[in-house]
Amino acid sequence: MRRIATQPLQPTIFGVTAVQLIAEQLVINRGGRTIIEGLSFAVSSGEAMLLTGPNGAGKTTLLRGLAGFLPLQFGSVRLDGGDPDKSISEQAHVIGHANAVKPTLTVRENVVFWARYLMDDDEVDSRVARALTHFQLDDLEDYPAGYLSAGQKRRLGLARVLAAIRPIWLLDEPTVSLDTVSVGLLAAAVNDHTKNGGMVIAATHLPLGLERTKQLQLTASSARMESSQEIHL
Amino acid sequence: MKAFLSLLTRDLRLAARDGGALGTAFGFFLIVVALMPLGLGPDLNLLSRIAAGILWIALLLAALLSLGRIFETDHDDGTLEVLATGPLPLELVTTAKALAHWISTGIPLALLAPLLGILLNLELKAYPVLIATMLAGTPAVSFLGAIGAALTLKARRGGLLLALVVLPLYVPTLIFGIAAVSAAAGPDGLTASFLILSAISLAAVALGPWAAAAALRIQMQ
Repeated sequence: MRRIATQPLQPTIFGVTAVQLIAEQLVINRGGRTIIEGLSFAVSSGEAMLLTGPNGAGKTTLLRGLAGFLPLQFGSVRLDGGDPDKSISEQAHVIGHANAVKPTLTVRENVVFWARYLMDDDEVDSRVARALTHFQLDDLEDYPAGYLSAGQKRRLGLARVLAAIRPIWLLDEPTVSLDTVSVGLLAAAVNDHTKNGGMVIAATHLPLGLERTKQLQLTASSARMESSQEIHL
Repeated sequence: MKAFLSLLTRDLRLAARDGGALGTAFGFFLIVVALMPLGLGPDLNLLSRIAAGILWIALLLAALLSLGRIFETDHDDGTLEVLATGPLPLELVTTAKALAHWISTGIPLALLAPLLGILLNLELKAYPVLIATMLAGTPAVSFLGAIGAALTLKARRGGLLLALVVLPLYVPTLIFGIAAVSAAAGPDGLTASFLILSAISLAAVALGPWAAAAALRIQMQ
């Protein structure tokens, strides 16, 4: 339950100042059980925080709590800096277990929809092109997404993080069904994001080869979290 | 606004590509109406007297078949949660989706109804009124249906539950829809019934999205 030393706020591409996500004394219940109990941490712009821990330790619960999908029993999540008019979830990409990919739309139509829906500006085309190119979906762009393999669908789901620009990425097991090359693409996207002043919180079992990371280890003990520690890598 | 339009066009495109949903609703509408003369006998006077009622009930049942899809597929593939993180409040998300349902299902069913009226010996002068009342009444079908679809989102075998939740809500629409058609065949022409039907639709359009969004918030936890 230590607070992490906060870094000085610096300008980033996402706004005037860097953002800092601060969670204090979080308590989150799931189905009547307390999954997260008394957890505090802080993540700053330019940092990637890896959530590790065994199955059932509360990684998904924590990410969904941060995204605002689950109510907090106690404690608070707030954002220092950032757009005060928007909630945290409106400034975050949330990549969950499901890919949010429509099988009857083509790969390009899927990405274009999210680019238009999630962000209102005139650069939809360039964002879509960047997302498709980075995740190597160029060749598949006119293909109905229903015919993609599991790994390709996952890449299409991940392409959303580049299709709209948001400072916070909440990734839940982003590497599921990805091959090593694709994991590299994801790691490159995450490193780019943190280098540009973005913030990433990812639950993962794999060492991704990320830079500027720290780790938050959740432990499951009778489905409760007894302690948490942060390690600067 | 851009986000709203992109969501609406995406839903319409999905409805057009899937096709099956509208096909099932059309087929169901046709079969229910076609069964009536077989069950009631070839009494033309009787059929033309109850034609409006049969068409309305069949339309409600046919629309019911497609209601579940308003939120179900988006919930299953995780799209709904991402939509919730978008710039649109959930109330506008439900508005866009219910509106897409009305355009892709409600309007086609309303336009198909006069064709099926022939099977029931509906009076000729009732046809324009039938189309008008169905176009005016079907928004209520979609927007009230969205509430039921949101409430039963996670229920297993939600289809039956959906019917139990939604059909009672359709009672006013049904009563005034039929009353408007019957009244138009009489000496007075279009009457208060049509206006009340329109008022019900407007109220459903105004209030349905709030209720559906509230239900979705609970379901998504």
